[in-house]
Amino acid sequence: MITLQHVLVLSGLLFAIAVAGIFINRKNLILLLMCVELLLLSANINFVAFSRYLGNIDGQVFVFFVLTVAAAEAAIGLAILVVLFRQRQSINVADIGTLKG
Amino acid sequence: MLVQILFYAFALVLLASAIGVIGLKNPVHSALCLVVTFFSAAAIWLLLEAEFLAIVLVLVYVGAVMVLFLFVVMMLDVDIEALRSGFTRHFWIGLLTAAVVVAEIIGVIVARGYGGGLDMGGTFQPLAADASNTTELGVAIYTRYLYPFELAAMLLLVAIIAAIVLTMRHRRGLKVQDVSAQVAVRREDRVRVLKMPAEKDE
Repeated sequence: MITLQHVLVLSGLLFAIAVAGIFINRKNLILLLMCVELLLLSANINFVAFSRYLGNIDGQVFVFFVLTVAAAEAAIGLAILVVLFRQRQSINVADIGTLKG
Repeated sequence: MLVQILFYAFALVLLASAIGVIGLKNPVHSALCLVVTFFSAAAIWLLLEAEFLAIVLVLVYVGAVMVLFLFVVMMLDVDIEALRSGFTRHFWIGLLTAAVVVAEIIGVIVARGYGGGLDMGGTFQPLAADASNTTELGVAIYTRYLYPFELAAMLLLVAIIAAIVLTMRHRRGLKVQDVSAQVAVRREDRVRVLKMPAEKDE
């Protein structure tokens, strides 16, 4: 049978891959958004695993909310991306340094 | 045993497609790999007997969010080569960070397995044959979590409005119907009565 450790290690590996992806693709805004989705997915896997392991449904309710926030984030992020591309003809993060933040 | 084999198979697909998401050259291929990743995650949630969320993951993510991603990736004419510059330079930093993160997480999990508190190595207790994950989740959401649930609904509404407002643009010279201007029109704007001397038939 699978144990809690199996699932936690899996979500840890997924988290590490997503963090590495943010470092590797630091210029491509679309891939950065995809990596954020992967990070949220790995957190959700943890929520589901602990919820089932402890027999407490509240963890799955939180997955529900995280999915909501992630969907809203993807929609607004992609909308900003489209507007940015119309203005600059580029989605390179290096080109958005106008604010010098 | 079968569950274990399925878990390893789906976990392998999940990790391989996640690596594909961050490593492939073409953003369209990355988006398609992300679809596979979410699908295998949904399969793993099914193995953990969290059926409702597994289906929601497939419907919302594979069905809606990933279509949005693919739509944007295909709509924008992106110069991939410029975005890939510096890939190998950051590759080693990324790999190092990933290795540190993996070592820390697995170290914590193993250490917690030895210590007191929660027993990490236990298996998942199978649910009763007539247990309904959807009913349980629904009862929790519509009783204890009712207000957070309505806040989430408001959040989605705000997201819809924000996405529409951000991407709507007014192009000049477009011949569109302005209904309020049509309704608000008055007689004086359209009709002009001219005074003319009557013509005489010679």
